Amino acid sequence: MAYYGDLIFEKSVAGRKGYSLPTSEVEEYTLDSRFAREDAPELPEVSEFDVVRHYTNVSFKNHGIETGFYPLGSCTMKYNPKINLELSSSEKFTALHPYQPVETVQGILKIYYETQRMLSEISGMDTYSLNPFAGAHGELVGLMIMKAFHEHNNESNRTKVIVPDSAHGTNPASAKVAGFDVVEVRSNCEGDSCDGTINLEHLKEVLDEDVAGIMLTNPNTLGMFEKDILEVARLVHEAGGLLYYDGANLNPIMNVARPGDMGFDITHINLHKTFSTPHGGGGPGSGPVGVSKRLKPFLPAPIVRKAGDLYLIDGGAEESIGQISHFLGNMNVIVKAYAYLLSTGRRHLAEISRLSTLNANYVKESLKDDYELPVKENCKHEFVFDGLKDNDEVRAIDVAKRLLDFDMHPPTVYFPLLYGESMMVEPVENESKQTLDAFIETMKHIAKEARENPETLKQAPYHTPVRRLDEAGAARNPRVKFKDLL
Amino acid sequence: MFKYLPHTSADIDAMLKRIGVDSIDELFAEIPSELKDFELNLPEAFSEIELRRHFQDLAEQNEPLIPFMGAGAYDHYTPSIIPYLIERQEFMTAYTPYQPEVSQGTLQYVFEYQSMICELTGMDVSNASMYDGATATAEAMFMANAVRRKQDRVLYADTLNPNIVRVLETYAHVQNITLEAIPSKAGAVDADALKEALDTDVAAVIVQTPNVYGVLEELDVVGEMLADMKALFVVNQDPSTLSHLKPPSVYGADIVVGEAQSLGVPLYFGGPYVGYMATTKKLMRKMPGRICGVTEDVDGKRAFVLTLQAREQHIRREKATSNICSNQSLMALFVTIYLAVMGKQGLFEAQQQSFNHAHYLQEMLTSLPHFEVAFEKPFFKEFTLRTTLDVEAMNQKLREHGYLGPLSHGRDETGKTLVTFAATEKRTKAEMDDVVRILGEL
Amino acid sequence: MKVPKNLYYTETHEWVRVENSHAYIGITDYAQDSLGEIVFVELPEESDQLSKGSEFGAIESVKAASDLLSPVSGVVVAINEDLEDAPESLNEDPYENWIVKVELEDESELEDLKSAGEYESLIEE
Repeated sequence: MAYYGDLIFEKSVAGRKGYSLPTSEVEEYTLDSRFAREDAPELPEVSEFDVVRHYTNVSFKNHGIETGFYPLGSCTMKYNPKINLELSSSEKFTALHPYQPVETVQGILKIYYETQRMLSEISGMDTYSLNPFAGAHGELVGLMIMKAFHEHNNESNRTKVIVPDSAHGTNPASAKVAGFDVVEVRSNCEGDSCDGTINLEHLKEVLDEDVAGIMLTNPNTLGMFEKDILEVARLVHEAGGLLYYDGANLNPIMNVARPGDMGFDITHINLHKTFSTPHGGGGPGSGPVGVSKRLKPFLPAPIVRKAGDLYLIDGGAEESIGQISHFLGNMNVIVKAYAYLLSTGRRHLAEISRLSTLNANYVKESLKDDYELPVKENCKHEFVFDGLKDNDEVRAIDVAKRLLDFDMHPPTVYFPLLYGESMMVEPVENESKQTLDAFIETMKHIAKEARENPETLKQAPYHTPVRRLDEAGAARNPRVKFKDLL
Repeated sequence: MFKYLPHTSADIDAMLKRIGVDSIDELFAEIPSELKDFELNLPEAFSEIELRRHFQDLAEQNEPLIPFMGAGAYDHYTPSIIPYLIERQEFMTAYTPYQPEVSQGTLQYVFEYQSMICELTGMDVSNASMYDGATATAEAMFMANAVRRKQDRVLYADTLNPNIVRVLETYAHVQNITLEAIPSKAGAVDADALKEALDTDVAAVIVQTPNVYGVLEELDVVGEMLADMKALFVVNQDPSTLSHLKPPSVYGADIVVGEAQSLGVPLYFGGPYVGYMATTKKLMRKMPGRICGVTEDVDGKRAFVLTLQAREQHIRREKATSNICSNQSLMALFVTIYLAVMGKQGLFEAQQQSFNHAHYLQEMLTSLPHFEVAFEKPFFKEFTLRTTLDVEAMNQKLREHGYLGPLSHGRDETGKTLVTFAATEKRTKAEMDDVVRILGEL
Repeated sequence: MKVPKNLYYTETHEWVRVENSHAYIGITDYAQDSLGEIVFVELPEESDQLSKGSEFGAIESVKAASDLLSPVSGVVVAINEDLEDAPESLNEDPYENWIVKVELEDESELEDLKSAGEYESLIEE
């Protein structure tokens, strides 16, 4: 296919129109000239067909889940079922104003309530707020709850949040934004091989009366289940801290083990990862926050509750951290997750966890002779390679770029930070053995190229809509809008 | 077998063999058995037929009303091509554009979106979108606080939508920002009160226009007052009104934020919407969120890439001033397609019709005995009246006819109630006349 | 890695060159190499008061960011404005291209800094 590079502004022709509106039925009123702008904003002037053809062509430059394999670690790129999209698109949902009286929105409130209940059940928490818009938003809200809890107990001195060195970058950033100081705890290492699980000795060293809590992902970013989680929970609770669960990696433990039973007090879940709602190229997602019973009063407002047979929107308890969104979160994301939960039911949830784990271990074992595998134990839904085996010349980025030539999305690279050449692979449960075999074969082929002809990889990709980019040039001289190009 | 899972038992056996374990259970052996002992209380799986039937029931328990209320959620028309285009899997199922070579689609529309937001607001730089208008305002407060490190007071006009204020309060609390309301006079910020509160310890002043009463704030007055101050001028503005209104850049705004749902996004019961944020070149490196820029590939082809990433959480970790990573990307595409298909002329025309309808409705309602104009100030598509009616009864009556009545602000000192109506291009004369008739009969 | 003999160094990879009562401050060759392609330098303002060990700016590359920590205390008397337009000059010659010039407040603070030899062994570790 020919490269399509035009901007919609470059398609604009003065006087062209792409819309139709009814003829005005009322008289024309005039805006006070003191407020009126002199020049109209220069939006494109294009026909409807121009717009459709333009964005169709723009879309061809993206790799989506339906395009091909997408083993992006920690992102859980699973199939987004079409039925969920169809069901959430009904006008009976999309045309509701957020301030309609509750009697007129019982259907949608029931979905909220039932989703809160099912998420609580799966994660072993007391209840959920569906208001947070994304995973990072959920983290911030969860930490606000942690803060409010300690303040409520007159323990404002608890200003430290412990974060493992294998954590997602958002964890320390969220803790900082929520007004905490971040303390890093080391993971267990044997020589150069660190598996990201918490080093209990170091944990004991950093635990003191100023600790507000700890943020953990379990399984962690190396796909390892925190075996000592019950001991970690005991230690943190004993020190008066709370445990925060980052739900990015919930996928492999559904109906297997529950964060609430592990001792977590606060959780967030990414509906756009675990519960199959689309990522949308970076949102809209949804990051519901769940809490144990003693933290329930601190949940953000407003919240959906049930009284008798009626579903209500409640202003929240007196201890609530307050509002964290204008309205009630990303409704049509929540509806899709609800539909997914009903489709899977109890039984298939466990299969999802088990097969995502099977897939990851299969890929890991099949490639360990070609790629450096720092953690050899069985993983859960994802694992990390530390670059190519015995090859310092070809880097993770080169392998990633070469994969693009084979219509496969690369793993997450250079994360977690524990390894210099991290490649984090998450082959989700929807992917068949045939797809995994094709990926394994391609990765082996690339490893062979790396040995025989490394220059091929340094220049890759060759067959993508654009090739390697000058990122430094973009940052040195930022051009961030059409007019900057004129 | 489950339709979303492709594994046959032969596949599973072959895979287990490669891994060198006898069963999938073995892969979970390290999880303490005491954690595995529970029974989930979840429904059994629904087939697609059952799921459709169940949703039919749920849908019937929703009754979309015809809104005469805005309050942050506006019922504008959505051209048919938008849902069709945003549902393309290349857009909808992709992740954040970390691999730019295969994410040019996302990056290009983000670039177009940023260009359009800059056109509307007159600002130099826009980010790739925020969660919603309220959190965008809170992030602007954090940004101002990070830029003006020595100042910790943030002032806001009390004509700001109260839900935005609530979000500001929640966010301000965790960073020990002192948030102070500036009182209003006749439905707009009181310039004298603002002048009095302004001091060198103020990091930012936040004003919304049109404000919660629908009134156009006099941004020129505020802008002049802030011109010589270190405090940043943060404007929250419904971007659809920028078809007609002077852009905030003219008044010296440093950060412009707001809710872009009004650009054709359906009501969606409050979400997903799309917050926007734009700022000056001087402050761009302090702006939260993702930013897309132009560059070239090794063959010299024009290309788009996430840029200025050093500001962000994945690099700065605990030193980042914002933790935002995912935004509302697909909704930014929604707005981009809306602004493309409506275009220069269509946005103006749709907004002019909204303006006309709101003014017509205001005239008709104030001709009734129990309504009077609350504030003699210019407005756009929302306006506030003072009424002697019992608002609950009034809205109940409207609801019986399928309408969502106005937002109530509660009673004023005279015992009358302030209510704010909204009208868009979607409201017909027949609907407006019907509402006037119903209220006239009360 | 170049480590000129006539300069003072910090553990956080800044260098100091003293001329009369003034200190020129920059980043080392090692620092620029670890950061990679530098795209932006955030500078303080003239007449800002720096104290030893405090942040006075930041350096951003495509994939990293690093705060600048002042090796000495004093008032900023000049900033290298050329870096605003050409941040990459720090990659090209990190010792020629200083970042700020500070009026030294307390020359004895220099004694706490590392010599070229000490710094060299630090970066070899």
